[in-house]
Amino acid sequence: MNIPENLYYSNEHEWVRVEGENAYIGITDFAQEHLGDIVFVELPEPDTDVSAGEQVGVIESVKAVSSMFSPVSGTIAEINEALEDTPELLNEDPYQNHILVVRMSDPDDLDALLTPVKYAQLCEEEERGGK
Amino acid sequence: MKQTALISMHRKYQGKLIDFGGWELPVQYAGILKEHHMVRQKAGLFDVSHMGEIEVKGDGAEDFVQKLVTNNVKMMADGEVIYTPMCYPHGGVVDDLLVYRYSPQHYFLVVNAANTDKDYDWIKSNCPSSLACSNVSSQYAQLAVQGPQAQEILQKLTNDDLEQIEFFHFVPAMQIAGISCLISRTGYTGEDGFELYVAPGQAEQLWEAVLQAGGEEIAPIGLGARDTLRFEAKLPLYGQEIDQDINPLEAKLGYFVKLDNDDFIGRDVLRQVKENKPARTQVEFVMVGKGIPRSHYEVQKDGQKIGWVTSGGYSPTLDKNIGLALIDNRGYKNGEQIDIIIRDKPVAAQIGEGLFYRKKTKPKSKA
Repeated sequence: MNIPENLYYSNEHEWVRVEGENAYIGITDFAQEHLGDIVFVELPEPDTDVSAGEQVGVIESVKAVSSMFSPVSGTIAEINEALEDTPELLNEDPYQNHILVVRMSDPDDLDALLTPVKYAQLCEEEERGGK
Repeated sequence: MKQTALISMHRKYQGKLIDFGGWELPVQYAGILKEHHMVRQKAGLFDVSHMGEIEVKGDGAEDFVQKLVTNNVKMMADGEVIYTPMCYPHGGVVDDLLVYRYSPQHYFLVVNAANTDKDYDWIKSNCPSSLACSNVSSQYAQLAVQGPQAQEILQKLTNDDLEQIEFFHFVPAMQIAGISCLISRTGYTGEDGFELYVAPGQAEQLWEAVLQAGGEEIAPIGLGARDTLRFEAKLPLYGQEIDQDINPLEAKLGYFVKLDNDDFIGRDVLRQVKENKPARTQVEFVMVGKGIPRSHYEVQKDGQKIGWVTSGGYSPTLDKNIGLALIDNRGYKNGEQIDIIIRDKPVAAQIGEGLFYRKKTKPKSKA
């Protein structure tokens, strides 16, 4: 299981990379592995405001539909349009392919996220719980 | 959870095990898309041991089986297999199944796993005392070898000529890898291939022999790809395209309902349905807007509900989002636009015909 050191993580298996006021957000290796072959990504409208925990998209694999939540509050600055035609990028390299960028309104949101060590524990627990 | 005789093989080949209607079975091994393409291009090996088998034996078995199902049992020859719905008196479907005829006194019925107990109860409750109806599911493991290279791979394991087995025919006891199998040229993928019924104690040995014979040309396939393969080839799934509340004429299975047959359960109602035209009908559609149609999503026309999606999804071979819907039978035409309600929003789709994968199975030589 690949869990890069320089990222923040959410309980919903998203990663966050901070560049200035921008939060690049994607799904983790654990998430893509569990979803299986991803065949569709529904992206939000740019320039809309989101609150931490709000649904911002949908990721569909061959078998499953799963919601994606924004781990931080702010304004959607960018979406990764390449995913509309090539959603499989999320399987191929989940950390090099972000899904959206949120211009953060409250950087304190980051404090609520998980460190790589904590996130690794979460994955282990979920693995053991058979989920 | 119930396990098949091949559980240790699923672990050995790192299948991702799930609870499938009470059975512990692999949803995937290498990944659904990879497995799907493998079956379309080369060959795949499936554990379908969860399927149920019911045997009917005795004088009068032919009349009884004919009474149970909608297709024409009396036209069958020994060694032949037919696909058929089995209906309730009101025309709804108990199950869809394969009927194997050993002789007019001996039939072997292969039913859906989740329906085995229900089917057996139904068959027993209709079975005259002069016949023996038995649930023999636990006596068989079942392996499916499917794909354009299925025959070539299996041929390495037997001296008998597999070319002699025609589509929807079987041989009761053929030696495959030295193991006695009931083998039929049948399947649920839209490809040529075989299904092998074997004693559970020999299933692992057969599984390994088939994988070894196929080498790089075959891979184990899980239930995920089994569903995408059957869906893409427009093969019905009980509980989605048909169920106790959807009759086979609505589901466009009229070819398997021979209304001029001797009496069978449901015939009178189905004759009426045919005369008055079914109130609902199954249509194929392709998504025009962005989104994946899924089973049970609502279908609308001009803002009004007209039905629902029975099966839908991404078709790996066609690389399109397609579906089957059961909608009000109001003469909708090909090319007509409908909406699929995806997360409360209407997304455009178009009704069509021939949108699905064209099956590569080998048609019977006789009509």
